[in-house]
Amino acid sequence: MRKASIGRDALIATALLVILALLPLVFPSKSFSDFVMRASAYAIFATSLNLLVGYAGMVSFGHGLFFGLGAYSFALSMQKLGTSIPAALALTIVINALVAAVVGAICVRLKEIYFSFLTLAFQMLLYSLIIAWTAVTGGDQGLTGGIPRPPFLGIRLDDPHHLYLFCCTTLVVSLFLMWHLVQSPFGYTLRMIRDNPRRAGFLGIQVWRIRVLAFIVAGVFGGIGGMLISLFVSSAYPDFAYWTVSGEAVFMIMLGGISVFFGPLVGAALLLILNDFVTKVTEHYSLVLGIIILVFALGLRKGLLGFVVQAWKKYTAAAPPAEKNPQPSSRS
Amino acid sequence: MDLQALLACLSSASCVVTQTTGGLISGMLLFLVAAGLSLIFGTLKVVNFMHGSLYMLGAYFAFTIYNLTGSYTLAVLGAALGVGLFGLLFERLFMSRVYGTDVLMQLLVCYSFILILDDAVKIIWGAEFRSMGMPAAFQRPPIIVAGGVLPVFYLFLIGVTIIVALALGLVITKTRIGKIVRAAAVNPTMTSALGINTTLVYGGVFALGSLLAGLAGGLAVPVRSLVAGMGFSILIESFIVTVIGGMGSVAGALVGALLIGLVRSFGSIGFPLFTDGLMFLFMTIILIVKPSGLFGKEL
Repeated sequence: MRKASIGRDALIATALLVILALLPLVFPSKSFSDFVMRASAYAIFATSLNLLVGYAGMVSFGHGLFFGLGAYSFALSMQKLGTSIPAALALTIVINALVAAVVGAICVRLKEIYFSFLTLAFQMLLYSLIIAWTAVTGGDQGLTGGIPRPPFLGIRLDDPHHLYLFCCTTLVVSLFLMWHLVQSPFGYTLRMIRDNPRRAGFLGIQVWRIRVLAFIVAGVFGGIGGMLISLFVSSAYPDFAYWTVSGEAVFMIMLGGISVFFGPLVGAALLLILNDFVTKVTEHYSLVLGIIILVFALGLRKGLLGFVVQAWKKYTAAAPPAEKNPQPSSRS
Repeated sequence: MDLQALLACLSSASCVVTQTTGGLISGMLLFLVAAGLSLIFGTLKVVNFMHGSLYMLGAYFAFTIYNLTGSYTLAVLGAALGVGLFGLLFERLFMSRVYGTDVLMQLLVCYSFILILDDAVKIIWGAEFRSMGMPAAFQRPPIIVAGGVLPVFYLFLIGVTIIVALALGLVITKTRIGKIVRAAAVNPTMTSALGINTTLVYGGVFALGSLLAGLAGGLAVPVRSLVAGMGFSILIESFIVTVIGGMGSVAGALVGALLIGLVRSFGSIGFPLFTDGLMFLFMTIILIVKPSGLFGKEL
């Protein structure tokens, strides 16, 4: 167990942000900055899912609900209500928190697989609402006409550089907040509930309440991921709320490893790269992705980053004083 | 929301009959899928997340066999048996490898198969909507009850499903095989210690559950259009059915499926935008009142 030190972590976060901000100078291509922006959205989304799956042991299979909800609440409040960006962000957070509170209060009563399916069912409820409520959401065409992006505090999000910096900042700030959350007493309570809910109950923890709280926090950050993607594409599509988004998020966190905080980040980036690569080569994207997931699920279980971390721990535990090169055998 | 339309429908006998029969056949199809899902979960303790894809496979199998042979009987039988066999292979080759692991792994294996099967269907049968039309044997004038139409095929579908439901209930509660399956569900270790091959039981139950989904697909072909991904909505609905009825209970699946079928059918008149929402509302109420479902024991 390590103690969280806000000052040091804030320093690291700032350093990371500066590096991210400078990266376009090294890779000036548009496809690179586009990739970073998309990856930021999915990384926040996947990490928020891992708060539930990895830390609280709640396997949500409907986390795409919040991705879609975030994208639509943000886009709609910008487009139909004409709010400023900070106000739309605040509204998105409030809406996601409220929906997460209601859905969470219903779902967390259920164990394991029931929980997974019920969350999924609620996601499909949102999806069918988006499809049916054409007057507001534009139905299966998605929101047309783009999202207005008025400047605020001197930040002009219609400028690609500003948008890039905004996405990176949101990513770093969100990850920083979630990192501190999992290092906080609340984070340890989550782990305890995951490992032994009954014992946690005996110790006076209201398991039900903590689980709903975790669900709300994850829902809010998932919504922030959705907000970024809607800013990036300047619209919102029903696909953001489709169940495959949840499936991909689960695969992202498994790919990176659920036992490591930054696993989902790595998984999100890897899956996006894979995505771009496969769609370039073949039109049968699902077929290829399906086979990859199958091989992964039957073969490599801990996730890539989890595997590396484990190999590193084994190495440091086996030979602490000796300075040898770690040789994590790659099984991928 | 259109409460007037709903009231108008409820006060006219013909509309009630038409909506009820429509609701009944969706409910019956849903029952076949949900019963398989529930049976597999009750025995193997895994949720077959790709159960909807098996329904889709059944529909496409029946579609192809009917086009080749012209016999609807053969088509339905072929769909049921073909999907049953597919389920058995899937269980033996893939699903059995993730028993006892994380739920996540089971989800991922099934998820990968949904993706693979959806794309395979697109490659083999094309991405556009397809429909088979009513088989010749059922192309006769519908029966008119109180001014409402009742197509002959609907009666056939309802009849077949009731027979299957009864047979399933009898096999599980009255026969030796049913006893073995129930024993394996409660205590697999003890069951195998008594000399029963639980691997065989698992494979058999998975095959039976898949067969039911395939049968539902075959029966649905004349009244539904076929498209890749058609299995997903029925998967969600059948899950809701099992939550309402209680996981692992065949009777619960039947009641839950009929309720959902009727709620959808009448809901589509009164709340066209919110038909799905109505189903969820219904499920939420049941969950709050009785978290284990109407016929479930303990969650």
